[in-house]
Amino acid sequence: MSHHIVEVKNLQHVYPDGTIAIKDVSFRITHGESVAIIGANGAGKSSLLQHLNGCLEATSGEVMIGDTRLSKGTLPDIRRTVGMVFQNPDDQLFMPTVFEDVAFGPLNLGLSGLEVELRVKKALERVGAGHLCTKPPYLLSGGEKKRVAIATVLAMSPDILVMDEPTSGLDPYARRQLMSLLRDFQHTKIFTSHDLDMVLDLCPRTIILYEGVVMADGPTRDIFLNDALLAACRLEKPFTMQGCPICNKSADTKKL
Amino acid sequence: MLSINAAVSDLKRLDLLANSDSPVHSLDARAKVLVTIIFIIAVVSFDRYELARLFPFFIFPVVIIAHAKLPPLYFVKKIAFISPFVLMMGLFNPVFDRAVMYHIGPLGISGGWVSLISMLIRSLLTVGAAFILVGTTGFTAVCQALERCGTPQIFTLQLLFLHRYIFVLADETGRTSRARELRSCGRKGRGIASFGSLAGHLLLRTWQRAEHIHTAMLARGFIGRFHAHRRSRFGATGFCFVLGWSLLFIILRIYDLPGILGALFTGILP
Repeated sequence: MSHHIVEVKNLQHVYPDGTIAIKDVSFRITHGESVAIIGANGAGKSSLLQHLNGCLEATSGEVMIGDTRLSKGTLPDIRRTVGMVFQNPDDQLFMPTVFEDVAFGPLNLGLSGLEVELRVKKALERVGAGHLCTKPPYLLSGGEKKRVAIATVLAMSPDILVMDEPTSGLDPYARRQLMSLLRDFQHTKIFTSHDLDMVLDLCPRTIILYEGVVMADGPTRDIFLNDALLAACRLEKPFTMQGCPICNKSADTKKL
Repeated sequence: MLSINAAVSDLKRLDLLANSDSPVHSLDARAKVLVTIIFIIAVVSFDRYELARLFPFFIFPVVIIAHAKLPPLYFVKKIAFISPFVLMMGLFNPVFDRAVMYHIGPLGISGGWVSLISMLIRSLLTVGAAFILVGTTGFTAVCQALERCGTPQIFTLQLLFLHRYIFVLADETGRTSRARELRSCGRKGRGIASFGSLAGHLLLRTWQRAEHIHTAMLARGFIGRFHAHRRSRFGATGFCFVLGWSLLFIILRIYDLPGILGALFTGILP
């Protein structure tokens, strides 16, 4: 049995005000896969992600993590298995110092003081934020906050890493740094993003959501070459696949 | 909007001062919290007409500021900022309490004026001590020390969250207020009506953020209990610090030092 498998079957979610965020979504993500969930604003991406570790309860359908069905009883185990990094790091970093924030998860797992310190140190070093240990979160830059937010999740040793818009709000250098960091992770990775160049770079597989329904699920490159599908889902090709606007030269898609 | 940003950077500065290195900074937070509490109790326990016996208490902020290498002017400004509020509270003392207590030459000073000045001095001392405590310890360490001294976790957590998110909310308030100003074209905008809606939006956003934070906490295994990771030690230095200052405050509270000194001098004088 592997905890690294995510299976969503006929998921539906209706918000209390009657808005149908997810109509009918099914997919299976296997061990070590890196998958992007893309779609226009309001397509249901963030709502879908929140179902993967039980932050939202499905109206109907089910979510399986490995062989475990997500339910109230299995939540603690599933939350340890599925590490969720939120879009806004200010929502994720709530403790007074970086150290305490990263230690929050391991302490909740009931680990001892020494083990917690070891995990915090390792997680912060992994994201290149060891030097920020004693700093309060409000003194960090956007890129630093994002890296520390990832460390808070890594410290819990999750099998699956779920990230909502990981590169949003980052400058090009911080974005590049974060991408090379994510590339090195061996976890099963699930991203939502509007940064389609990042998707092309990091995710061999892409799922397109449109109005709460899966419109496409397949190899990222094939999906991005399908102009009709992208237009129907209110999406555009990544910049690296578009022609140069200055010299009017079309992109060499064979190289991608 | 500028004043919001200025207040936030001022608050950040107070917190950053706590990261300095000095003998006072290196003391255990609990020792400093205890001494400050005893200091405040000693100062506020005086009679409302007491003036002279309050002055020796200035030794505490002066010595700590000097030893901790804190910028004195910064603290004077911070304390001066709250003076108008204290004056407002004691504004009617001279009106209602007109009985003359002291005479300076032909001038009679009423009890109302004495109690107003006493209130002002006490606020300078107590608020100053609280600022100095945060400036030498840091807000987080103060909250943790309070918890370790027996304050219920629910209160200290509320304070910690307030401190953490005051910066985020102040940023949001600053941005919203800037948007309003820019579309008011230098006029009043829609006056108080627009402020009402602005405050409502901020409240809703705060609510939404609280929900997000709670979700983030749940996602990391939170089940309603905070587990603290403690590192500091009280030690002999902390013990001496508490004992020394507490003894001094108790002596200053019990004995009328300015009175004794005054009697001594007037006794020597022919």
